[in-house]
Amino acid sequence: MAAFVVRRFLWMFLILFVLSIIVFALMHAVPGGPFDQEKPLPPATKAIMMEKYHLNEPVVNQYFDYIGDILLPRVTYGRVVPDSAFDYLINIPLPAAFGDQATIRWVNFGPTYKSRSLSVNDIFRQNLPVSFQLGVAALAVALAIGLPLGIIAALHRNTIYDYTGMGVAIFGVSVPVIILGPVLQYLVGVQWKLLPVTGWGDFEDMILPAFALGFAQSALIARLTRASLLQVMNEDFIRTARAKGLSERVVVLGHALKNSLIPVVTVLGPLFAALVTGTFVVEVIFGIPGMGRYFVTSVTGRDYPMIMATILLFAAFLVFMNIVVDIVYAWLDPRIRYD
Amino acid sequence: MAVAESNQTLGTGVASLQKKAQGQSLWLDAWKRLRRNKLALIGAIIILLNIFVAIFAAQLAPKPYDLQVLTDNNSAPAWVTKLFPNMVPKSEGGYVNINNSYILGADNVGRDLLSRIIYGSRVSLAVAFVGPFFSLLIGITFGLISGYAGGKVDNFMMRFVDIVYAFPTLLLVILMMAFFRSGFAAATPGTFAYAVGQLDSSMGGMLFIFIGIGITSWMNLARLVRGQVLSVREKEYIEAARSLGVSTREIMFRHVLPNILGPVIVSETLTIPTYISYEAFLSFIGLGVNPPLPSWGQMISDGSRAISSYPNQAIFPAFALFLVMFAFNFLGDGLRDALDPRMRGVD
Repeated sequence: MAAFVVRRFLWMFLILFVLSIIVFALMHAVPGGPFDQEKPLPPATKAIMMEKYHLNEPVVNQYFDYIGDILLPRVTYGRVVPDSAFDYLINIPLPAAFGDQATIRWVNFGPTYKSRSLSVNDIFRQNLPVSFQLGVAALAVALAIGLPLGIIAALHRNTIYDYTGMGVAIFGVSVPVIILGPVLQYLVGVQWKLLPVTGWGDFEDMILPAFALGFAQSALIARLTRASLLQVMNEDFIRTARAKGLSERVVVLGHALKNSLIPVVTVLGPLFAALVTGTFVVEVIFGIPGMGRYFVTSVTGRDYPMIMATILLFAAFLVFMNIVVDIVYAWLDPRIRYD
Repeated sequence: MAVAESNQTLGTGVASLQKKAQGQSLWLDAWKRLRRNKLALIGAIIILLNIFVAIFAAQLAPKPYDLQVLTDNNSAPAWVTKLFPNMVPKSEGGYVNINNSYILGADNVGRDLLSRIIYGSRVSLAVAFVGPFFSLLIGITFGLISGYAGGKVDNFMMRFVDIVYAFPTLLLVILMMAFFRSGFAAATPGTFAYAVGQLDSSMGGMLFIFIGIGITSWMNLARLVRGQVLSVREKEYIEAARSLGVSTREIMFRHVLPNILGPVIVSETLTIPTYISYEAFLSFIGLGVNPPLPSWGQMISDGSRAISSYPNQAIFPAFALFLVMFAFNFLGDGLRDALDPRMRGVD
């Protein structure tokens, strides 16, 4: 198991490395740069900007500078002037013996070109927690609706519960965030005035966006849970459990459910990805200050460090979640052995 | 005499059996099962209606989709203000201009919503039917080669799929769209890139949407096709074809491909709603079709900015998008049950 996890993590770094090269090459291949605006900058100003962010150097050098600043720790001495290009996530002060204010600094995602004073790390610090809260809330909504719906549908197979549940599920797949968001805003926010239409901060603000984001995923979970539970209920060990005289409740909750969750767990990785990409629409519609908008504005504005950071962050999360899913998988089903 | 007679009846019996068995091809069988599925049929009817609307958009739309009457901006007909009670007409002390010549109302620059929704169906349907083309082309080719070649080639190709699979699809699409849009626009006249750029702008920006979606969504299909090929290629009829000296290419296209078509069709139909929502998403973030060509995603994006005052501008296109997504989901579900009854529920 340990060997498997290590191997998967190495594989993860390889994927991220390849991805970073492809994205870096692709974004530099796109014509136009961060300082090409509709009203062009004076050439001298532009040259200064290019110089400041090292954009006049060969792309290969830029790539290694960029990756080096993230991966390799460095030691600095003396007082450091605050600079958006020099903002590290990890700063560990060393004892005085190592030199004047010697500090190990590590993980710098660089400056963002669109704001003079902000670094990419600043944007992470400000916006990532918001997106994370929204994502967790949406995941909670998806599981809270999807699991019961699927279980009830499977246990009452071919009854009105089943048909209603699966009808709701197909309905859910057919209403992406882009539809559900405005409809919820109108019905709950404008018409019934139950919850705020836009905004972020209170718990109340979180309900509508989390629901809009989680509902489509709950439909997916419901269908999977139903199919999987139906399959498990036909297994021999369920018949054995019933033959022992266990109550139906214990049979379902104690024996069937855990085994039926295995396929559900496998989709949690991709599902998480869908939540993160869905956040852009939700954040725009509901006016939430999260990471979502940077996924798009960074690309359209050629904000190179921001593009790299958002894509690497997202990909790392995605691959990491898949590893977690594999580990949970083995825990749910002890028959599964890696290596 | 009696024996001959019974032989005769036996003969006709066998003949009628053969006759019956002849008609039961896989597709006819599937069609019979599909016909019994009411929801799938409703889905198919909605899609057919939609195709009709898309083809005859010019005849059906009451106004040109790009006609701006700025004095009529945000106006709505009387029935819409009754449907959305918070839209109080000016005559009753509210803010909404009543203009009954717009059946669903007008948008913020005074364009007819209904006409734009009708023309918008063209984009969604094009994505639904042409969008899969590129993903089918890449996915099937890749899967066929990988599955049929086997061994090292297969292993290498599947590791490649694994790597591409880990890429965040939608972010890659965004990046590609930006790349296509600005790259091909800047190409010098006479080059291939320029011709592609021209073709795209003559299609209202849809070509790049097709390619962008195709490049990023073939992996699932490739895996599916490979798996199917692996199971089919060990069958006796493939061995028979090979021993008869049929060329590899012919085996692939005449014998393997038709036998794996069922699962491929089901998988693609079930993915169509995803393509449609991709297009809506791209238009929503401003990387979709070129304005003033209307797309539902972009109409929802514009409309949602004024959701409190003019809900009709977002809700109506959202409803149109919902209908089409719903129709394809039900049809896809029905097709799956019809083409592969084993996948239905779990029996």
